[in-house]
Amino acid sequence: MDKHRHLDDELSLLRDRVLLLGGETERALERAMFALTERDTAVANEVLDNDDRVDLLEVEIDRQCIDIIALRQPAARDLRFVISVAKMAPVLERIADHACNIARAAIDLNNEPEVKPVHDLSPMAAHALSMLRAALDAFTSGDAELAREVIKSDSEINNLYNHIFHRLIELMVTEPSTASRDARLLFVAKHLERIGDYVTDICELTVYMTEAAFIKHYHQRSN
Amino acid sequence: MLASMQTATPKIEVPQRKSEAPTTEDQRREAKVAVRDLDFFYGKSQALHGISLEIPERIVMAFIGPSGCGKSTFLRTLNRMNDVIPNTRAQGEVLIDGHDIYIAGTDVVELRRRVGMVFQKSNPFPKSIFENVAYGLRINRVTKSSSELSGRVEQALKDAALWEEVKDRLKSSALSLSGGQQQRLCIARALAIRPEVLLMDEPASALDPIATSKIEELIFDLKKHYTIVIVTHNMQQAARVSDQTAFFLLGKLIEVNTTEKMFTAPNERLTEDYITGRFG
Repeated sequence: MDKHRHLDDELSLLRDRVLLLGGETERALERAMFALTERDTAVANEVLDNDDRVDLLEVEIDRQCIDIIALRQPAARDLRFVISVAKMAPVLERIADHACNIARAAIDLNNEPEVKPVHDLSPMAAHALSMLRAALDAFTSGDAELAREVIKSDSEINNLYNHIFHRLIELMVTEPSTASRDARLLFVAKHLERIGDYVTDICELTVYMTEAAFIKHYHQRSN
Repeated sequence: MLASMQTATPKIEVPQRKSEAPTTEDQRREAKVAVRDLDFFYGKSQALHGISLEIPERIVMAFIGPSGCGKSTFLRTLNRMNDVIPNTRAQGEVLIDGHDIYIAGTDVVELRRRVGMVFQKSNPFPKSIFENVAYGLRINRVTKSSSELSGRVEQALKDAALWEEVKDRLKSSALSLSGGQQQRLCIARALAIRPEVLLMDEPASALDPIATSKIEELIFDLKKHYTIVIVTHNMQQAARVSDQTAFFLLGKLIEVNTTEKMFTAPNERLTEDYITGRFG
């Protein structure tokens, strides 16, 4: 039987904190898209206000990882877990930053008449959220297979982005009066596309954590 | 959950890590030491079970494992130091440069000249610093003149990174040196007769962090010229100084691998449980 180690308690705390950060990030994205599609500026402001909490969590995770490496000197799967978490936390924080940028776009757009393509972003946002949830599930359960599936599904978000990109450019040409609003939506689409990339990074870290395999540049070349 | 995630898809193949590739520089080198199916007995008690292992030339290999796992016993089989323990017996082959050191007629003194040893506790003779290093050279009649002897002593002390600290007091008693210096003196003594393999049985376990660091730096430098095998209980030390690590448990060799692989992603569950402290 495995012996109980103090390190296990610390790793467990670290895992809980990452999942908390993941949950906050997920919620930030969900709420930012709600603020945009439902034109709810109050919700957008909530997302921005909560970002300090996300930043704080990231710093706490950083500190905890450094403490564990310095004081416990983890090896093998413990080391891979700590390294993965240390690299994952800033990625989650960046996703939350993108959610804040979407919230800022929502605040600007809510002061102007609605543009129809805003609803075209919903499937893209739903896909990004679904990817993020699945990536966090894969991390929690150490499921490298699921992580690989999520990585593959990033191509879907890229396709949606390309579609929206062309549609918005077309609109800017045909209806110049909405061009500034369309441009803001284009940025929102880009944020969602980048979130897909960040989720991919999280999944690559899960594969490393689980299988000690570096897939980052390999799967990028094969795409 | 994404719909596309509910169906199984083929696993993405990943490139083999450099350390796992079969043709690393270490593995291309000739084995300096090759052990085949080695069993070792203290009386009726079997301490080693069918150990097979190759140690390439000019690398540092660390032996790790819990107390009583056989790593020190195995280390001592490599220069037949166990011969001095009554009622012991070895079966199998230990080849140094392809020659079995256990065949009848082996010159054990010559073997121990080629395969030197440094022990856990520094054991300088109660003589001067100079005489400690010169001792092996004298009894082996290695040098022909006093100037050659002095030159060899100086070189050994330099190789052991001790020369600068003792060059002005070579006639002082070795016992006046600090623990770390005494251990480096013992290393100088082993190096003076120019062994090909250096066995080290927990050489820094009794030293403070600064002295330990000096020994570890020394090991790193020495591997340019020597094949070094080190037994250590300090896993971080094994990770710091060695190129390859072998894990022993209950007299069996569980895994031998590059140190990098051993400490990040060992092949065997038992190894992983040991180095992560999960043994209960």
